[in-house]
Amino acid sequence: MADAYIVGVDMIKFGRFPEKSVPQLGAEAALLALDDCGLSIQDMQALYCGNLNQASGMVGQRVLQEIGQTGIPVVNVSNACATGATAFREAWMSVKADVYDIVLAVGVEQMGKGLLGGGGGSKGISKEGLLGSGTMPSVFAEAGLEHTRNHGTTFEQFAKVSVKNHHHSTMNAKAMYQIETPLEVVMNAEMISYPNTKLMCSVNVDGSAAAVVASEQKVRELGLMDRAIKVRASVLTSDPWQERDLVMPDVNSCTRMASKAAYEMAGVGPEDLDLVELHDCFATAEILHYENLGLCEEGGAGRLIDDGDVELGGRIPVNVSGGLLSKGHPLGATGIANIYEVSTHLRGEAGRRQVEDAKIGLTHVIGLGSACGIHILEKAA
Amino acid sequence: MSDGPLPVVSYLKMPEGGKPYLEGHRCDECGAVYLGERRHCSRCGARDSMTTIQLSNRGSLYSYSIVHRSFPGIDVPYISAIVDLEGGGTIKGNLIGIEADPEKISFSMPVEVIFDDALGRKDADGNSYLSYFFKPA
Repeated sequence: MADAYIVGVDMIKFGRFPEKSVPQLGAEAALLALDDCGLSIQDMQALYCGNLNQASGMVGQRVLQEIGQTGIPVVNVSNACATGATAFREAWMSVKADVYDIVLAVGVEQMGKGLLGGGGGSKGISKEGLLGSGTMPSVFAEAGLEHTRNHGTTFEQFAKVSVKNHHHSTMNAKAMYQIETPLEVVMNAEMISYPNTKLMCSVNVDGSAAAVVASEQKVRELGLMDRAIKVRASVLTSDPWQERDLVMPDVNSCTRMASKAAYEMAGVGPEDLDLVELHDCFATAEILHYENLGLCEEGGAGRLIDDGDVELGGRIPVNVSGGLLSKGHPLGATGIANIYEVSTHLRGEAGRRQVEDAKIGLTHVIGLGSACGIHILEKAA
Repeated sequence: MSDGPLPVVSYLKMPEGGKPYLEGHRCDECGAVYLGERRHCSRCGARDSMTTIQLSNRGSLYSYSIVHRSFPGIDVPYISAIVDLEGGGTIKGNLIGIEADPEKISFSMPVEVIFDDALGRKDADGNSYLSYFFKPA
C-alpha cells in the first residue's frame, strides 16, 4: 500500500474561549491547516472530527456549517483522551485504503475548570472519598506510586517532569502558559493528590488542531512533497486484561502494545527517534511512558529525568511543546496537536524550541478506559 | 426507606444473622477473580464459567494516593488505597487508622477489610449505607 502524508497541519493557541462555540473553535484549526497547504474545504473528500464533550452533537457537520457545507462524508469520533489521535487515524486509514485521496481531520474541545473524574454513579450515594478516589489526579497518583513501589521513583523525580515541560512551554507561543516553574515551586504548590501537586496536573483549556492527510500520488500532483510529513506508523490499542484493572486503570499495557506495534510498522526503534510528544496528563504519567515507549530500560525512568536526557538538547527530548502540563489538554484536540508539534520540528519550523536536525518523531496519547494511539512521523524525502 | 443500612456496592453482601463480606466471581477456566456479578471472563473469554466466591478480609497495600483536593463536602486529606486481597481480587477504598503521610505508609503493608457506616452519607430517600474500609492489620 502506498504511503499517506500530512500536507497541512496546525493548531490554535490553546486558552479559554468561553465566548466561542465548539464548531467555531474547530473551524479555526481546520482553516489554519488548509492554509498551511494552500487548499480549501472544496478540495477535501471527507472529514473526521474528534470531540468528547459534545459527542452526540454532530460537531463535524457543524464545523462544515462554519467553513463550507460541501456534502462530504463526516465521521464524528469520541475515544476519551485518544479522540484526536483516533480521528487522525481514521483519516489516515481512509487514504491508505484508497477510498479517498485527500481528507481533513479535526480535533476540538471546550473544557470547564476543575477536577475530572470521580463523578460516580447515579444511584445511591457518592462513592468519592468513601471508596477511595476516582478523580484523575488520584488515579494517576496511584499509577505513579506503583512505579515508586517497583523502582523507588521519588516525588522529586516526578516533579522534575513538570519543571522541564513548563520550561519548554516558555518557547511555545501556542501554549496556554509560558512560565518557568522551578523545582521548589512545583513541589510546594498545592498538593492535589500525592504525589501530584497542582503544577503536576495538566491544564484544562479550550483548543483545536487539524491536519490534511493525502495519498502519495495526490501529494505529488499538488506539488506539496517539500513540506510533507510521512506517516510511518499509526496504531490504536485498547487495554488488555490486567488483574487490577477493575479498580486501577492500566495505562501501561496498552501503551506497550501500541509502541511495539508502531516500531514494527515503521521499521524503526526508540533509538531512531529524535523527539517524542507523549501523554503527560499528570507528571507521574510521563515517567511511566519513558519505559512504556522504550526510551530507557525498565526502572530507568527516574534516572532519565535526573540526567536531563529528555530536555530540549538532551538525548531524546520529550514534550518540547510544553506538554499537556503547560501547553494544555483540550481532550479531543490533544492527539492532533501532538502531531502538529512533531511535524513542525520535522519541517524545521519550530523556532526557539526546534529539536536540531529532527528526522523522526513519535506522538502518543492515552484515553482512560482505555485507548492508546501512537503515530510515528518522518519528514518526506 | 429501608429498615436497615443498604450495601454501598452490589458486591458487599449482608447475610441475615451473619457477618458482611465482599463477593467475587472466579473463572473456572483461568482463575481470574472479579468483583461482583459477571457471566463471561474478560481475561480468557470463557462463557458461563463463573463460580461465586467470598473474598478475603485480609490483604496487602498495592498502591495509594493521599487526596488533598476533592469535591465540596468531602473531608480531606484521606488515603485512597488499592489493596490486593489474599486469594485473589483487588479492591479500592479508604485506608483509615494511619496518618495520611507517605513516610508512615509502606507498600505491601498488611491490611484488614472492615465494615462500617458510610461516613454518615444518606441517599435522596434518607437510606443509610454500609461501606467497607481498610485498616492496618
